[in-house]
Amino acid sequence: MPVDIDIAKVAKLARIALDDASLERYGRQLEVILEHAERVQALPTGGVEPTAHPIPMTNRFRGDVVTGTLERGEILAQAPSSEDGYFRVPRILDEP
Amino acid sequence: MNDLADLTIVEAGRRMRSGECSAADLLDAVIRRASFTEAHLHAYLLIDRDGAGAAAEAADAELAAGRDRGPLHGIPLALKDNLTTRGLATTCSSRILEGYVPPYDATAVARLRQAGAVIVGKTNLDEFAMGSSTENSAFGPSRNPWDPDRVPGGSSGGVAAAVAAGSALGGFGTDTGGSVRQPGSLCGVVGMKPTYGRVSRYGLIAFASSLDQIGPLARSVEDAVVLLEAVAGFDVNDSTSIPGDVPDLRAGLGAGVAGMRIGVVRELMGKGIDREVLAATGAMVDRLSDAGADIVEVSIPAVEYALSAYYLIAPAEASANLARFDGVRYGLRVDGDTTEEMMARTRADGFGPEVIRRVLLGTYALSAGYYDAFYGQAQKVRTLLRREFAAAYEKVDALVSPTSPTTAFEVGAKTADPLAMYYSDVCTIPINLSGDPGISVPIGLDDARLPIGFQVMAPALAEPVLFQVAAEVERIAAFAARPSLAASEPLPT
Amino acid sequence: MTEYEAVIGIETHVELQTRSKMFCGCPVTFGAEPNTACCPVCLGLPGALPVPNEAAIDGILAIGSALDCELVEHSVFHRKNYFYPDLPKNYQISQYDLPLCVNGRIVIDVDGEPVTIGITRVHMEEDTGKSIHVGDGGRIADAGYSLLDFNRSGVPLVEIVTEPDVRSAEQARAYGAELQQIVRALGVSDARLEEGSMRFDANVSVRPRGSAVLGTRSEVKNVNSLRSLERAIAFEIDRQIGVLEAGGRVVQETRHWNEETGATSSMRSKEESEDYRYFQEPDLLPLHVDDAKRAAVRQALPVLPAARRAGYAETGIGGRLAAALVATDGLGELFEEAMASGAGARAAANWVTGEVVAHARRMGVGPADTPLTGQHLAELAAMVEDGELSATAAKDVLAGVLEGEGTPAEVAAGRDLIQISDASVIEDAVDAVLADNADAVGKITAGDTKPIGFLVGEVMKATGGKADPRLVSELIRSKAGG
Repeated sequence: MPVDIDIAKVAKLARIALDDASLERYGRQLEVILEHAERVQALPTGGVEPTAHPIPMTNRFRGDVVTGTLERGEILAQAPSSEDGYFRVPRILDEP
Repeated sequence: MNDLADLTIVEAGRRMRSGECSAADLLDAVIRRASFTEAHLHAYLLIDRDGAGAAAEAADAELAAGRDRGPLHGIPLALKDNLTTRGLATTCSSRILEGYVPPYDATAVARLRQAGAVIVGKTNLDEFAMGSSTENSAFGPSRNPWDPDRVPGGSSGGVAAAVAAGSALGGFGTDTGGSVRQPGSLCGVVGMKPTYGRVSRYGLIAFASSLDQIGPLARSVEDAVVLLEAVAGFDVNDSTSIPGDVPDLRAGLGAGVAGMRIGVVRELMGKGIDREVLAATGAMVDRLSDAGADIVEVSIPAVEYALSAYYLIAPAEASANLARFDGVRYGLRVDGDTTEEMMARTRADGFGPEVIRRVLLGTYALSAGYYDAFYGQAQKVRTLLRREFAAAYEKVDALVSPTSPTTAFEVGAKTADPLAMYYSDVCTIPINLSGDPGISVPIGLDDARLPIGFQVMAPALAEPVLFQVAAEVERIAAFAARPSLAASEPLPT
Repeated sequence: MTEYEAVIGIETHVELQTRSKMFCGCPVTFGAEPNTACCPVCLGLPGALPVPNEAAIDGILAIGSALDCELVEHSVFHRKNYFYPDLPKNYQISQYDLPLCVNGRIVIDVDGEPVTIGITRVHMEEDTGKSIHVGDGGRIADAGYSLLDFNRSGVPLVEIVTEPDVRSAEQARAYGAELQQIVRALGVSDARLEEGSMRFDANVSVRPRGSAVLGTRSEVKNVNSLRSLERAIAFEIDRQIGVLEAGGRVVQETRHWNEETGATSSMRSKEESEDYRYFQEPDLLPLHVDDAKRAAVRQALPVLPAARRAGYAETGIGGRLAAALVATDGLGELFEEAMASGAGARAAANWVTGEVVAHARRMGVGPADTPLTGQHLAELAAMVEDGELSATAAKDVLAGVLEGEGTPAEVAAGRDLIQISDASVIEDAVDAVLADNADAVGKITAGDTKPIGFLVGEVMKATGGKADPRLVSELIRSKAGG
């Protein structure tokens, strides 16, 4: 069953800027892969719970204790752009 | 064989303690070997001569002063470049992390340092661990020491090649769909994936969070045990890390397989598996029977769907794990007028095609309207698979299969068709989904003189059983062949 | 002319003031230098992993329990995926379809009428970093560039969502105020709107009264006080009614409240709503809350505002005074202390909610941050009852106590406010004034009570304000009344 993908929408959701040729190419590749992956739909899974974790455990916590932080210098040393102790980015279009 | 670079970790340790060699000697030997092999293999992205030298020196001084940190003291190891190393560039073989220097060590790395290990450098991988050949590395592929026109496997191809070639005595990779076991198989070394949660993932740069595990690559099963012992165990910084004590991993070494029940996975012994690989696997199964094991055929029907489920679950988780690479706080930044533009361009330029493919695939599989059919359904298939493995382990102590459907293929042979490449993981993927441990042991060569790997699998937490069977396989195989590139002199160019 | 009713739902975010962040050991701070409370986890560095803070879980369970929610047995974390520069991982660890607390309620009081507001859910998530927009104009759209501080990234955040049960701006404010009091009473957050440790968003729609169909709703953001919440919702209701009356349709959008202009304006509308691609967080284990835990949480709850109000009202002071005592920090404690020291409930309540609050505000401090104790109040009330202090003088004495001059007795003496209660001294003064004001006396004798006040005033002047005016008035009446 051919799968129809709005690849431009997916690329936007994934924040990857692709030109039209790339979008078309990836779209086709994804369709091929998904046709194969779609096979999972053939398995009867009625009443089967999804596995989110291989580990059947619950309630892992840490105590409310302050442990170390990183030195700001070390953090900002990796920043592509910083100013006065802040990370700097170009103007932001969207509201959160 | 008198080159220190070809020793096992256990043997190297013995010689160090008997005074026959020093940690500095071991390091010199592997660095020298690397100087011959790297031009052909490109196993390493970074060799840290200064750091390793200092660590070797410190290891020797400590031993001399009577401080012995254990079996990895002074042993030169290679680490896959998706494990964070403080102060040492960690790139995941991606342009988006080119030059990124982590401010912290992965827990496994910290434990290795504590154990006195000498970290030689960081090895090549498929970008963000996505691949089965290292051809997806942004910095060029690695090559197979058995035939440099062929791939070493992936994604931990660099560390497997280094260990096989002698430019490290052992090392660690990561296994999400087979990425330690399969390169182990293709390079003729032992590669092992622990039970999910056995080794902390803190500092393992995530690909698929519910599948990733750090695993050792080594020249012997015993070496693999030694390596795993040093890093296994509960970590407060990883919520998915298994609490409680690690069992005695050596308990079964040398005990043989007499009286054990071993199941051969029917679905992994048929179509799609190379004739010679099948023959070698069958022959080893017969030898195990001769050695006293009860062999039965076991059917795990859901295995047929494992590859499909994996190619929905892994990319889905990866699409979220790789979202943090956006040019804001670290790594590559490609400018834009707006932050949105900057992020989108950075990711388009910084990620290679396979990564982009999987991020798009994963994003799609999770998106509204498709979640239930794809990701949701794949997680249910996973449950079915786990049930079937659990049912199988009611009847047998361990399961076996080939590790890889083929031996090492030529560079470029599978890059045109992603599906063909994905198929390399058909034997290894099932237990990433189930969370159980598995190991690949080299058992022989095919007609082209390429290694064949035999996979042993055991129930979750049963590493001692796994190693017990693996050690017997190793004993029976008596695999002593050496790759042509593991030479002690400069090779003809 | 159609009559409309408003249908409002409120979403509240509360920052929990635990010592450390939700998923890492960085400190929860306020006002620290940018990026000085960060680590690999809350910065989203490659390879970092989250581990949940147990105190934060206890905090949200307390909130859920206080809101009469069911604390569910099996709950999980989800990843909410979207890209934004203040969100380091470009996903937020949150909860989706299995939140920790569901199906609760708050009862609010609006003009004496109790209204039940349903609580749909309470869930746990992590806060984002903060962005500062630099450049022309204060709004994000005009900025030249932005600066990011991740100190707040990873702070534990509780989201509380109501059913669309709120029907007016007043109700919304009452809800907000009550929720704030509850959260503060639990001690899990200082819930300060102006500092952002409590934030409101409102979903507002209108429909013709009697209709069962919901109208299109808009989301109102940027409300920074309870007053703003009320004003913004009132504005939005009017605006939507206006749109409908003019024959238009309400657009589903997010609107930004502007405190200065007193209006909401449309934010850059997105073509389609964001697809968050929720999936269960693979780095975290599920949460399991058993009966023992539920019981323990309930046991540990302090007396909540509603119960405190009811308790105070039982002393006979009435609902409004009781509510006022509970609404501000420290008042209830003063009241209880005063009563324990012998003051009457009404007098104590009036003092506390009246003069104490007023003078503390003049001093620029909270009523709980002064040297005043309930014992002082009891003393003061007694001095007034005994006639030692006039009502006016008592206010002065209170001021003095608040300002740290000492006990009421000390202040009264120090400021020379003690009333003259020596009858002979007052009588002499009264006699003198009556003697000087024969006409007034004559009128009083004839039955006119009006001049009494004037004469009392004269006696007060003559005694430097220290005569007990009640006594003076009595004496004048008896001497002049005939």
